Amino acid sequence: MKSNPQNSNPWLHWYIVVTAAATFLLLGSGGMVTSHEAGMSVPDWPNTYGYNMFLFPVSKWMGGIFYEHTHRLLASGIGLLITVLAVWLWCKDSRKWMRWLGVVAFVLVALQGVLGGLRVTLHLDKLGIVHGALAQLFFVLICALALFTSRWWLNFGRDALPRVQDFKKEAARQRGPTGGNLRWLVLFTTLLIFIQLILGATMRHQHAGLAIPDFPAAYGKIWPDTSAAAVAHYNANRTEVISENPITSFQIILQMVHRMVALAIFVLVSVCAGRAWSIGTPGTAPARTAKELEFAGTVPGVPIQRRLSLFWLALIAGQIALGAWTVWSNKAADVATAHVLVGALSLVIGALWCAVAFHRPVTAVHERRTEDRRLPGAITIGGHPALVPNK
Amino acid sequence: MKHMKISPVLPLIAILAIAMVAPAADIIGTITLKGTPPAEIAITPLMDNPDCAAMHKTTPMTHFYAVGPKGELADVIVSLKGVTGKSTGAGAPPVVLDQKGCLYEPQILAIQTGQKLVVKNSDDCIHNVHCTPTVAGNDEHNDAQMSGGADLTYTFPKPEMFLRFKCDVHPWMFAWVSVIDSPYYSVSDTSGKFVIKNVPPGKYTVEANHRKLGAQTQDVEVKDSDVTVNFSFEVK
Repeated sequence: MKSNPQNSNPWLHWYIVVTAAATFLLLGSGGMVTSHEAGMSVPDWPNTYGYNMFLFPVSKWMGGIFYEHTHRLLASGIGLLITVLAVWLWCKDSRKWMRWLGVVAFVLVALQGVLGGLRVTLHLDKLGIVHGALAQLFFVLICALALFTSRWWLNFGRDALPRVQDFKKEAARQRGPTGGNLRWLVLFTTLLIFIQLILGATMRHQHAGLAIPDFPAAYGKIWPDTSAAAVAHYNANRTEVISENPITSFQIILQMVHRMVALAIFVLVSVCAGRAWSIGTPGTAPARTAKELEFAGTVPGVPIQRRLSLFWLALIAGQIALGAWTVWSNKAADVATAHVLVGALSLVIGALWCAVAFHRPVTAVHERRTEDRRLPGAITIGGHPALVPNK
Repeated sequence: MKHMKISPVLPLIAILAIAMVAPAADIIGTITLKGTPPAEIAITPLMDNPDCAAMHKTTPMTHFYAVGPKGELADVIVSLKGVTGKSTGAGAPPVVLDQKGCLYEPQILAIQTGQKLVVKNSDDCIHNVHCTPTVAGNDEHNDAQMSGGADLTYTFPKPEMFLRFKCDVHPWMFAWVSVIDSPYYSVSDTSGKFVIKNVPPGKYTVEANHRKLGAQTQDVEVKDSDVTVNFSFEVK
């Protein structure tokens, strides 16, 4: 991906930021629909109890209808925002890949609307899982678009990079961990978070309430008894008000897997943060290749990545706390929805870190060199700009 | 005095009529619960809804276990296991399921395959009637029912225990309809008693099914008099 300052458009960037914030609200709205078991409270689509969706009387926005109907209205608003965004990007951004990302965003939001409608009209509860997972990916896309239109991204590697002639010589001087492995670790952790989100969505769409009513134990044990007799005992003694599906051994195991993956994510994010902060520290293992060097010491994205890593770690810690609170509060709707939203933010942070980590500032350096050679009075040696000390 | 002549055909008809009416008997019994069931909980979300709260003076409670003072267990579906294809549901009168005070009444009921189930909305608010069968052949429905709206009618062609009805507008509203493929069933009442009427002679497996406690069976033989079979469930 090449950065080009001529695509700098603060209006577009802030429009996307507002759209991302609105999308976050929509995610929360959708979370509340599921948390309140209201997904089927409006039996028809795209109408609402026979009314045009935009003309449904406010006096009838009661009970589960309130959550489902407002979710549909918000989604319509997002659809409009994305339509404008897609057109704007197509007309004004010179980067071909950005224009097509705008088209992808439009297609995704339209697909989301159809999926949500079909889930209701075809009584396909499992579509709710797809709808929820796709919503997370859509949110990641919008946040990425905000990043790609930011001044920071557009100037990435252009002004702050030292003009080094020989990366290999610089690699011998610089010290730092194998930064190239870190980006792959970040990517793996981000993918694991997405899998965790799918696990969570699958759990929520069982409509069986809490499969395990205690935390950190599971039915008082480290690993719960999932035999048929034990599950029958759990169901016989279970009192639920709004989630009346009986629990199954599959659901119990699913929640245990969800808990274990949460722990794995916490460990991985901690390692990512630790390694991000140790980049360029004297005495640590030397960078092995020029590509690793560009991550290890000379890349101006290192400070932002360190901040991202700490924020990511804080989010994951908060997410674990929210998961525990969800259990302790017997899946209170607002707590469970907050858990969904922090999960979404965790995915976004990982995705944005990947975008930064996999960005190729060497390309920006090459562009800068090319520009410098065209400047009048430029000092060059063998056609390359002269070595300039780091500032 | 003239002698009245009695046609010899009449006694023959009487004997034949008696022979054609096969003897049938009732299966009766009582269902009890041992142990202490979990405490019922207050349906607090109902009172958070203004439309619904207006119809109740106190917070309604759940009814997972309807137990009498001597352990009598209500809401148990008692039927003849394996007896299928005997349904008279098509010609049977409809069974009514009502929505009152944002609760289904009754919460546990039984109908025959092909029998009409009429769902009413006696409330002054919107409900959606959403049934979620798990047996192939019984269709899922999700229908709007406005306040004062027309009754909704459903039939189910396949037997299914505890087919769930719910309202997604008011997510605490549930009813469980058991669909039986014969007329030989009963739902235990508040005294724990059940009566399966007019069972033809033969050997049967009587099954008692509670939504939370599972099923129990006992074998019986029906001859020409009522048969008593009792069930005892236990909460462990």
